[in-house]
Amino acid sequence: MQDVREAFMQGRNSTGAMVQRPLSPHLQIYRPQISSTLSIFHRIAGIALSGGAVLLSLWLAAAAASPSAFAVAQSLADSILGMIVLFGFTLALFYHFCNGIRHLLWDAGYGYDLPTMHRTGYAVLICSVGLTVIFWFIGLVVG
Amino acid sequence: MGNAKSIKIMRSSLGRARGLGSAKSGVGHWWAQRLTAIALLPLSLYFVLSVLLLDGANQAAMQRYMAEPWNGVLFLALIFALFHHLRLGLQVVIEDYIHTEAKRLAALLAMRAAVVFFGILAALSVLKLTF
Repeated sequence: MQDVREAFMQGRNSTGAMVQRPLSPHLQIYRPQISSTLSIFHRIAGIALSGGAVLLSLWLAAAAASPSAFAVAQSLADSILGMIVLFGFTLALFYHFCNGIRHLLWDAGYGYDLPTMHRTGYAVLICSVGLTVIFWFIGLVVG
Repeated sequence: MGNAKSIKIMRSSLGRARGLGSAKSGVGHWWAQRLTAIALLPLSLYFVLSVLLLDGANQAAMQRYMAEPWNGVLFLALIFALFHHLRLGLQVVIEDYIHTEAKRLAALLAMRAAVVFFGILAALSVLKLTF
C-alpha cells in the first residue's frame, strides 16, 4: 500500500474476501443525468469564462492603448468568427449566472429534493438560452 | 487470516485523520467564492448592459463611457470580483484534476500569476480610460 487513503478503500465482498473498492464516482459506468450534466457544464462554463476574462482585459487594454488598437479589437469582435466566439461566451455567461443562482440557493438550504432540483435544472437551461437570445436580439436588431 | 489482502496500516485513527480534515483554509475559500458570486450577480448584468451600450463604439466613445464615475467604479468592482472569483474556481479545478504534487503546485502558481497579470492589465486599462 502506497497511500494511507487506500486504507479507506478496502472492503469485503459477499464471500468475505477482502477487495479493493472502486473509486467513486465511477464516471465510466454512470449514465449521464440532468443533475450531473448541468454540474459539469457549470465547471466547463466557468473555465471558458476565465478565458473570456482574459479577452475582456485585452479588449480594455486595446482601448487604453490607442484608437487604432481599439478599432482592430472592435473589428475582430465584429467578424463572423468573433461573433461566434462571443455568442459562445454569452451563452456560457448566462448559463453560469443562472446555475450560479441555483448553487447559491442550495447553499442557503433550498431546493434539495429531486423534483425541485430537476425543475430548477430545466429552468436554468430555458433561462440561459432565453437571456442569450434576448441579448443577441437587442445587439443585432435593436442596437 | 488466510486472505491475500490485508490492511497493513498500523497508525491510529487520529493519526490518519490529522491533516486531512477541514482545519486548513477551506471555509475562507468557500465563503470568498460565494461572496464574489453574489457580488457578480448585479455586476455581470451591468457588464452585459455595458457591452450592449458599447456595441460598435470607437475609442473616444469608450473613453467617454469610462470617464463617467459610476462606470469607472463599477468596472473596477467587476474586475476585482471577477478575477477573484475565477481564481478561486480555477484553483479548485486544478486541485481536483492534477494529482502530482509538483505539477499541481506549478499549475497553481502559473494560474495565480496569469490571474494577477490580466487582472492588473484590466484594472489599469480602465483607470487610464477613466482619467
